[in-house]
Amino acid sequence: MAHTIQLKRMTTSEMGLAIFAALFSLFALVVAAKAETSGYAFHAAIFTLASAASVFAIANRYFNRPAALPPQEVDGRPNYNFGPVKFATIASVIWGIAGFAVGVVIALQLAWPGLNLDLPWTSFGRLRPLHTSAVIFAFGGNVLIATSFYVVQRTSRVRLAGDLAPWFVVLGYNLFIVIAGTGYMLGITQGKEYAEPEWYADLFLTIVWVVYFLVFLATIIKRKEPHIYVANWFYMAFIVTIAVLHLGNNATIPVSVFSPKSYIVWAGVQDAMVQWWYGHNAVGFFLTAGFLAIMYYFIPKRANRPVYSYRLSIIHFWALIFLYIWAGPHHLHYTALPDWAQTLGMTFSVMLWMPSWGGMINGLMTLSGAWDKLRTDPVLRMMVVSVAFYGMSTFEGPLMSVKAVNSLSHYTDWTIGHVHSGALGWVGYVSFGAIYCLVPWLWNRREMYSLRLINWHFWISTLGIVLYITAMWVSGILQGLMWRAYTTLGFLEYSFIETVEAMHPFYVIRALGGLLFLGGALIMAWNVWRTIAGAGEPASKMGAIPALVPAE
Amino acid sequence: MSLWNRHKIFETNSIVLILGILVMIAIGGLVEIVPLYYLKSTIEKVDGVRPYTPLELAGRNIYVREGCYNCHSQMVRPLRDEVERYGHYSLAAESMYDRPFQWGSKRTGPDLARLGGKYSDEWHRAHLAEPRSIVPGSIMPGYAWLATTPLKADGIEQDMKVQKLLGVPYSDEMVAKAKADLRIQATTDDPEADALLKRYPKASARDFDGNPAEVSEADALIAYLQMLGTQVDFRLYDNKANLR
Amino acid sequence: MTTSPGDNHDHGVDPVTGTTTTGHVWDGIRELNTPLPRWWLWTFYVTVVWSVAYWIVYPAWPLATGYTGGLFGWRSREAVVSDLDALKVQRAGFGGKLAATPLEEVAKDEQLFAFARAQGKAAFGDNCAPCHGAGGGGAKGFPNLNDDDWLWGGKLEDIQTTIRHGIRWTADDKTRIGNMPAFGRDGVLKRAEVNAVASYVRTLSGLSPTTGVDPALGAKVYGDNCAACHGDKGEGKLELGAPNLSDQVWLYGSDAASIADGVWNGRGQAMPAWAGRLDETTIKALSVYVHSLGGGTK
Ligand code: HEC
Ligand code: HEC
Ligand code: HEC
Ligand code: HEM
Ligand code: HEM
Ligand SMILES: [Ca+2]
Ligand SMILES: [Ca+2]
Ligand SMILES: [Cu+2]
Repeated sequence: MAHTIQLKRMTTSEMGLAIFAALFSLFALVVAAKAETSGYAFHAAIFTLASAASVFAIANRYFNRPAALPPQEVDGRPNYNFGPVKFATIASVIWGIAGFAVGVVIALQLAWPGLNLDLPWTSFGRLRPLHTSAVIFAFGGNVLIATSFYVVQRTSRVRLAGDLAPWFVVLGYNLFIVIAGTGYMLGITQGKEYAEPEWYADLFLTIVWVVYFLVFLATIIKRKEPHIYVANWFYMAFIVTIAVLHLGNNATIPVSVFSPKSYIVWAGVQDAMVQWWYGHNAVGFFLTAGFLAIMYYFIPKRANRPVYSYRLSIIHFWALIFLYIWAGPHHLHYTALPDWAQTLGMTFSVMLWMPSWGGMINGLMTLSGAWDKLRTDPVLRMMVVSVAFYGMSTFEGPLMSVKAVNSLSHYTDWTIGHVHSGALGWVGYVSFGAIYCLVPWLWNRREMYSLRLINWHFWISTLGIVLYITAMWVSGILQGLMWRAYTTLGFLEYSFIETVEAMHPFYVIRALGGLLFLGGALIMAWNVWRTIAGAGEPASKMGAIPALVPAE
Repeated sequence: MSLWNRHKIFETNSIVLILGILVMIAIGGLVEIVPLYYLKSTIEKVDGVRPYTPLELAGRNIYVREGCYNCHSQMVRPLRDEVERYGHYSLAAESMYDRPFQWGSKRTGPDLARLGGKYSDEWHRAHLAEPRSIVPGSIMPGYAWLATTPLKADGIEQDMKVQKLLGVPYSDEMVAKAKADLRIQATTDDPEADALLKRYPKASARDFDGNPAEVSEADALIAYLQMLGTQVDFRLYDNKANLR
Repeated sequence: MTTSPGDNHDHGVDPVTGTTTTGHVWDGIRELNTPLPRWWLWTFYVTVVWSVAYWIVYPAWPLATGYTGGLFGWRSREAVVSDLDALKVQRAGFGGKLAATPLEEVAKDEQLFAFARAQGKAAFGDNCAPCHGAGGGGAKGFPNLNDDDWLWGGKLEDIQTTIRHGIRWTADDKTRIGNMPAFGRDGVLKRAEVNAVASYVRTLSGLSPTTGVDPALGAKVYGDNCAACHGDKGEGKLELGAPNLSDQVWLYGSDAASIADGVWNGRGQAMPAWAGRLDETTIKALSVYVHSLGGGTK
């Protein structure tokens, strides 16, 4: 490539972002000084420091970089931008461990309530949202950002669009996580499940998300492949829909710029409907569509097999996104939501069964002709088991949507069991699989440091999942049956507190299961760390695995 | 040309793909949400539901802040055992001023929709401070700090203004008297309690936390808990008129 | 099916499955052109047909001014009312009988008595046990209900009145009222007097007096201030809810400090009134149940 001598200049985006960040830093400083609560002042101070740091980082980068920005191609090959991908990959491992650890803590609190310590910031009611946000948005979100930025580049054969923008997405998103998570512990919450962050964090996330969308879209637009790969349809549906849901469910009016508190524009029954329109589709588009995208790239890649059915992917994609939106009212069965809406929620959930299984079929059957690899490759095995869990929870979900079943399962641990078969089995395992693929690819290693450790991770956490979800199924159904049990004379058989006491053994088993799952993740972290550090591979008893050098 | 070929337009044109996605996800949400605003049957016609008093609102905000909804529902379903255990099933009207709604999705603890008047203030105080001192098998966290933390609600009228803007029927008088009302309601036998009760029928005014010298967070939270489910008089409620 | 989507690519055949591919390659990934699995498609159709049938039978689709109500007009709120009615019928053999039988007569019919206790037990668990303990054993400040030491009377009638109207429950105008004054806080007695009377009270039930206080002062203070409610010998007065101080049952603890605390700050915990929240038959059943716990008096 011929280089012309170029005058080093600050780009408009460097200049613009630096000025904006500097101004914002001042603004946040004023807010910090006048904030009505100390928690809010703390957050404003974080914003002040973060924007000041980004001014510094932009300037620093400018002084250290060559005059020309990185080229789109080097020697006729795309010059992929993997920096932000690496950051998000590592962040996902760290957040994953944090989120699982908090899960273990709250599981232990339910078994031994003394562990709440009777302090504000360690009590169950504040830590539970910390757990859900840490695992879904911090762990899951970073996996999604990392893989989407990786997959869209490789399947479009172009460098990621934007120069500073991808970094803004990754760093901004993680800053949002810090604000959200510390906020819960300080008691700053909107009180809407999976949408707990307050208005200012929501606004910031909106900006980050729009940039995310633009980076992703611009990369697809400049793609070198004639067709958009199916994984990118799913990523696109995930990004677009989450934006819509986020705006709809967080339409709030702040009490003042200097107060963290806001009130939502929807009230009562309408707020409930909007909340579960959001909540259910956070499951459908964040935890399902996004992770299906991961499956559509990493399973065929790792198995080195073609995707099972192109036609199935078309039909199940459109059916899935169309039907999912309707299913929200299954979270509101038998509530004060009108009966007609409950019927729609139930029937559309049942119709959602096969479109969901379309993804499972495409994932599993992609293995046809390569089943033997499951014996030797624990990474592939993890991903395939994850698809099996996906199939299981998307069978269980429609079942629980049937009103007669839901009248028993709602409010009980059965829901928790369902959540975690989806969360640990599906979301967890497909993410671990993707991380195990990505780390060697990103850091140019032949393979992970140790396949044996991956094997350990797999078995330990599988045992953990089994303990977790079987305990919750038993306790959930037991709880539901005890609540509605009548004596032969026609009176309620159990008082509420008796049902609480009956849950204790299952809460202990669940905590043990969670501990095993966390243990597996710690093994993964060690393995990732050793791989990145470039440690020599120990003699592996796993048998030879073909080196997975990504094709160009 | 086969049908499958027609999908090419989505696969080769990202804007068309996005538009397709937007259309698909718009339909279900609109059909389920919009009618809840225009169908008259959505919210029952019942008497008695009023906006929260300033003290109750402050208490509700503490309920949200502590995440009680993670363990407690506020929604009695129309199912035999629930009506027997907790009382009359919940109406949509009963949460029409709730922002956000707090129906909950998990019952680690019992439903609280009909809690008001079920226990004494002393009981709530003891239970909040140390649940196992009073219910040995409880797994609820202790919230002892609530009784020792003074309630910070200087800006409560600003909160009410925002709610008013959103359609909650707070009068100008209610907003103007907010701070005074808050103190009056947390005081036993305050001479101005009658005026408060005029503004907020059925509200109860007394020192809730057992410490007359201070308005604490426990005052506000207990005031909120003691009003839950007490606004609608179900002896007068006509089920047939509100079947929906 | 022989259709092949995509551009005019080379639709190679995958050697393992023998299926054609679509011809596209992304980063080495290809796609097979496998037709939709039949069972999958048919199962999907079945769920659609089932849903349509469900919409016809049940309330389902919103319209401009109402919604489709379904063939039989089923409503969840109507269903629960009829479920509850059915339950009453199931209990009717006894339910109606219990409602009609005067409180004192219930125990005379062995079966009805058992029925009433069963109903009482069920209501007790969720409504009373949080204060009085799972077996009615009580807790500090919340009286034990299975002994024969009563604050407000242990006859069926007394118990029923207590449950109906509560104790010191100001929202109920027939509630039982009787407060122990805050002698210290309100400046009636000095610290030394309070300590002395606390010590004296202990001696009424045979407990040892505290050291370092004047026994004569204690007796005098008691006579002047306490006997009016608790009786000359500390035997208590049911009309006032003033506890018997000469037995071994202590609502708030028997140590001198607890007693002195009560005399200083006053005593008087509230119990909610249940009329209105629970129906009359349930209150009757509860009265029978509590009476039968062990301490009921004639
Ligand atoms: C870890 C779960 C958990 C959290 C968080 C929690 N609770 Fe509870 N709560 C329980 C359990 C379990 C019970 C039943 C046992 C008992 O009465 O303590 C209960 C009972 C109650 C009761 C008695 C209800 C009845 O009808 O008997 C009230 C009132 C209550 N909680 C209020 C609150 C409030 C207010 C908060 C938040 C500040 C809260 N709870 C947070 C678990 C929880
Ligand atoms: C909020 C707590 C609370 C609840 C709930 C409660 N009680 Fe009580 N109850 C009390 C207190 C406190 C007293 C004692 C009042 C006093 O000190 O005079 C009491 C006293 C009584 C007495 C009189 C005991 C005596 O010695 O005379 C009876 C009988 C009784 N309760 C029955 C019930 C029944 C039956 C229920 C349920 C329907 C119930 N209580 C629910 C707090 C409660
Ligand atoms: C106006 C009536 C009244 C007078 C006068 C009175 N008491 Fe009481 N006392 C009560 C009542 C009523 C209770 C029960 C309060 C409750 O149940 O919460 C009580 C409770 C007590 C208790 C707690 C008993 C237990 O079981 O724990 C003690 C001890 C006591 N009184 C001592 C005294 C002494 C000493 C005096 C005089 C200095 C006194 N009382 C004067 C009405 C009175
Ligand atoms: C066809 C697919 C699915 C359907 C129809 C479905 C249905 C349901 C139902 C009926 C509930 C219980 C609601 C209640 O009673 O409160 C539920 C809860 C839940 N599901 Fe699913 N589910 C599906 C797939 C999944 C998957 C794949 C996940 C992935 C993790 C998941 C995550 C959750 C979560 C997090 C909740 C708890 C929501 C709450 O906080 O209450 N679901 N789902
Ligand atoms: C070590 C692993 C984990 C443990 C021990 C754990 C434990 C818990 C516990 C104790 C609860 C509260 C249940 C209750 O309120 O009764 C919970 C809720 C939840 N967890 Fe986990 N969890 C783990 C991993 C995960 C992962 C990986 C995800 C998602 C990717 C996840 C998603 C959720 C969600 C969505 C809820 C809320 C469910 C609801 O509201 O219905 N968890 N978890
Ligand atoms: Ca939930
Ligand atoms: Ca007070
Ligand atoms: Cu759902």
